Amino acid sequence: MATVSTTPGIRRSPNQTLVLYLKEMKYEFLKNLRIPRYSASVIVLPLMFYVLFGLFMGRQTIGNTSTAAYLIATYGTFGVLGASLFGTAASLASERGLGWIQVKKASPMPPFAYFAAKFFMGMMFSFIVVSLLLVLGLAFGGVRMPFQNMVQLVGSLVAGSIPFCAMGLAVGYFMGPNSAPAVINLIYLPMSFGSGLWVPFQFLPKVVKQIALYLPPYHLAQLALRAIGFDGNEANWTHWKVLIGFTLLCLGVARFGFQKDEEKMYG
Amino acid sequence: MSVAQTVSIPIEEQPGAKGMVVASLSGVTKRYDDVCALNNVNLNVRSGELLALLGPNGAGKTTAIKLLLGLAKPTSGTSRIFGGDPRDPVTRLRIGAMLQVAKVPETLRVREHIDLFSSYYPNPLPRKETLAQGDIADIQERKFGDLSGGQKQRVLFALALCGDPDVIFLDEPTVGLDVEARRILWQEIRKLVARGKTILLTTHYLQEADELADRVVVINKGNVIAEGTPAEIKSRTAGRKIRCMTRLANEAVRALPGVVDVRQDREAIEIQASDAEAVLRELFTLDAHLSGLEVTRAGLEDAFIALTQEDNNLAGARR
Repeated sequence: MATVSTTPGIRRSPNQTLVLYLKEMKYEFLKNLRIPRYSASVIVLPLMFYVLFGLFMGRQTIGNTSTAAYLIATYGTFGVLGASLFGTAASLASERGLGWIQVKKASPMPPFAYFAAKFFMGMMFSFIVVSLLLVLGLAFGGVRMPFQNMVQLVGSLVAGSIPFCAMGLAVGYFMGPNSAPAVINLIYLPMSFGSGLWVPFQFLPKVVKQIALYLPPYHLAQLALRAIGFDGNEANWTHWKVLIGFTLLCLGVARFGFQKDEEKMYG
Repeated sequence: MSVAQTVSIPIEEQPGAKGMVVASLSGVTKRYDDVCALNNVNLNVRSGELLALLGPNGAGKTTAIKLLLGLAKPTSGTSRIFGGDPRDPVTRLRIGAMLQVAKVPETLRVREHIDLFSSYYPNPLPRKETLAQGDIADIQERKFGDLSGGQKQRVLFALALCGDPDVIFLDEPTVGLDVEARRILWQEIRKLVARGKTILLTTHYLQEADELADRVVVINKGNVIAEGTPAEIKSRTAGRKIRCMTRLANEAVRALPGVVDVRQDREAIEIQASDAEAVLRELFTLDAHLSGLEVTRAGLEDAFIALTQEDNNLAGARR
């Protein structure tokens, strides 16, 4: 019998693992940035809305803030929704449906890196949209606010991307590669309207206002409005609780989808 | 080396030694709903060999690869790699896989795909070497979506080997490649074998199995129907093929000793002969006007067709 050598103890060093995660995130971001259908629509649409309604018609005030400032928060929330939902749901549905995820699974990639990268990508696009809105408002909308508020606004909205990335994963696990974007549109457009992201909450019909309380984007918008100094009715913590609950719910659904897929392939 | 020996070898010690089983399916049956993709299949991939899994489309080749990679679970039986569960993340550090995939992210450049997959492995090949082995150095800046079908195959091949894994699975690696590109890929596959890699390759190209494989396992409709070196597989059908024009009736030829089968082929007949010399002596004696004589070795293709037909007939008879 041939001589037997022992298996070399191969594993990635912690440094290599860190690099792996960073690369997974970087390329997930680049991959989507280079899809104009995605990057242009999720970034340009909220900016366009803001220029039309926030800058051209932004001289009035809503409550104690200018319309131009108010709409940064609500279109910012709208932008976060689009960036988070489309990026995750569309890419997951496509990669699941067309076999790429199998290549990834057969590789030594840690599964968590795959999901972390999708969240990172959603948050990055959210950061870009919100930052651009803020820059537009500051430069052309006469918006003035303390730096601390700006940080709070951007921070809340980028953190607020997480629930909607989770929702995107949940949708992506139950949709085919072609139907995912359409389904997301069906969810995201009515939800945006109903949450007061297009028309300020105060001007919504009474019925819609009541529905809004059950829509997660409404709560994120309230947090964003608080950040710019707009008076709200509820404590911030109440809104965060809703968003955290919603995140857990979506992660639960996504996990169910993940297991369903595993069982289909491995069951 | 006998199977019994390899089974008794401790898991940790298997992969180092030449000829040990590094990946195996033992009594594996895999059903998808009503379809039986694999039926009680036993398959051993030994260290340092190139094993070709040969079969027509739908024979169960891809299913076998997915079971070995831990992407699918056997309905019954076990799939093992390095003696353990193929889903073990540590195991996957030593494995590379080229799978058939409908869509690869198109907006990333070739270089970026390689960079990402290389980062999954503890000791990847230098990028330059990966690019050279995949023959993709000249297209490294191109986006995946802009590549031709053959170039895409080469990139997927490079992704399978970039981590310098010990065992490489190649599912139909040359499908869609032209003759020249196929030859280049064959050369690269041979180099991998020369460097001591273990390779399981599926193909429905007989020539490919013949050119590359140390061993061939022929599967058809989920059953292993033959196993051996390419030469052994070929010898499973009668050794040589005689083609000639003769006045003798086909029945008369068929009755000669050493003849396995006779087929009319246009104006000539084709004789499958287990003992070509004996048959030829008889033919010359019986027919002085025999003409257009050709004697060829039965290729793997003939063997393959014979084997799968035989199997299909048996399956028909069983029904």
